[in-house]
Amino acid sequence: MQDLKLKAAEKRGIHQLGGDELVGWDEVTQGIILTSFDGDATDIVHKKAEERNYSDFNSYTATVASWRVKKPVFNIDVCIDCQNCWVWCPDTSIISRDKQMLGIDYDHCKGCEVCVEVCPTNPKSLLMFNEQEDLETALSQWPEKKKKEK
Amino acid sequence: MAITSIKNLKEFSTNNDRFEGAHTLCPGCAHSMIVRELMNCTDDNLVIASNTGCLEVSTAVYPFTSWDTSWIHIGFENAATAVTGAEAMFKARKRKGTLKDNDAPVKFVAFGGDGSTYDIGFQWLSGAMERGHDFTYICLDNENYANTGGQRSSATPIGAHTSTAQAGTHSYGKKQKKKDIVAIMAAHDAPYVAQLAPNKWKSMAKGFQKALETEGPCFINTVSPCCTEWKFDPKDTINITDLATDTLMFPIYEIINGHELNILYRPKNVLPVEEYLAAQGRYKHLFKPENKHVIEEIQKNINEYWEMLQRREEARV
Repeated sequence: MQDLKLKAAEKRGIHQLGGDELVGWDEVTQGIILTSFDGDATDIVHKKAEERNYSDFNSYTATVASWRVKKPVFNIDVCIDCQNCWVWCPDTSIISRDKQMLGIDYDHCKGCEVCVEVCPTNPKSLLMFNEQEDLETALSQWPEKKKKEK
Repeated sequence: MAITSIKNLKEFSTNNDRFEGAHTLCPGCAHSMIVRELMNCTDDNLVIASNTGCLEVSTAVYPFTSWDTSWIHIGFENAATAVTGAEAMFKARKRKGTLKDNDAPVKFVAFGGDGSTYDIGFQWLSGAMERGHDFTYICLDNENYANTGGQRSSATPIGAHTSTAQAGTHSYGKKQKKKDIVAIMAAHDAPYVAQLAPNKWKSMAKGFQKALETEGPCFINTVSPCCTEWKFDPKDTINITDLATDTLMFPIYEIINGHELNILYRPKNVLPVEEYLAAQGRYKHLFKPENKHVIEEIQKNINEYWEMLQRREEARV
């Protein structure tokens, strides 16, 4: 259900930002162009991320997962697909296809918690857990629906 | 222009992102929310230039780029100049028929922070607006030079603590008022000028679409809360923006053809400005008894500005 391996290109996660790449920063000539895609990039706007031919220069192939100390966990049973998290995610880490929220891209998420703040459901369908927590344990700890205080 | 649907969030979310993750902006930064929204609200090809600033240094960390469109890295001041030059070349080549695809729609966008818009790039921007190129300039206003350690800019509001206008025993932070960049740009007779905020995603997407559609130079000032320099928790980015628009610290409005002013958001309950100030670390010295007059002055300025906006909306001048 939350296995998103299909959604990412094969190259995903092989680079750490600042890793060994081609030429050093002091060997770069002026006016250098980094191409975001391999080959033809026409009509890229109508292609979903998994259909695109990202080049090694595209930061889509990089990861910033090491920035995170807490991670958001997504509970699909509570989600109402309002897409608030999608529109306000600063790191393009909410994976949403055909009006449905599918999960979180943990290679790009920095754990800022904005998605948890804007989630309108009760209980929230996104909650922060420790980075080491696995999905089943996190889901089993999900809080019950809060009753309105009178 | 190919407009993507912004009727509701579900339809908006079917767009394919053209701004990729793994950039190095701080967690919770509003810059990328605004950039993503701009790139999602149109299907057209985009040519983008960025002034030096947080956005530029974080989205092009060698050897990576986060942009799936044409993007130019340029100096601190001249994104407006670079993108208008590209626009002039595009027009000329279109007339001569030497483009690869002569009918493909292309939009020209420049991004700048408040430092490069209000101060350093001001005359370049003013010149580009005056020449009347068909482009959109978007200012990501976080009220200081956040990229270099939070120095004051002319966008910093009165009373804010910055690294070069510090609060202490003899000072309450910056003493000057914020420059009214929207009015200045409207005075250039620009066809579309607006001030928008990321928490009202729909009015922001509408404003972006209007600016891209409008022929001629358009200017949009967007509020971009900076968790590092405004000193609040990254998760509160949207909450702070809510407070900014509900206390009318950042009224959301547009000015068409330099005189038709429309207020795009009227808060149901206008909150006192203290709530906005108390949520941020950079204003915490204002709550000392000796600095009470600064809060009163901020509230007075806000009330006067809101009154002025409402009168201008009515009078259409």
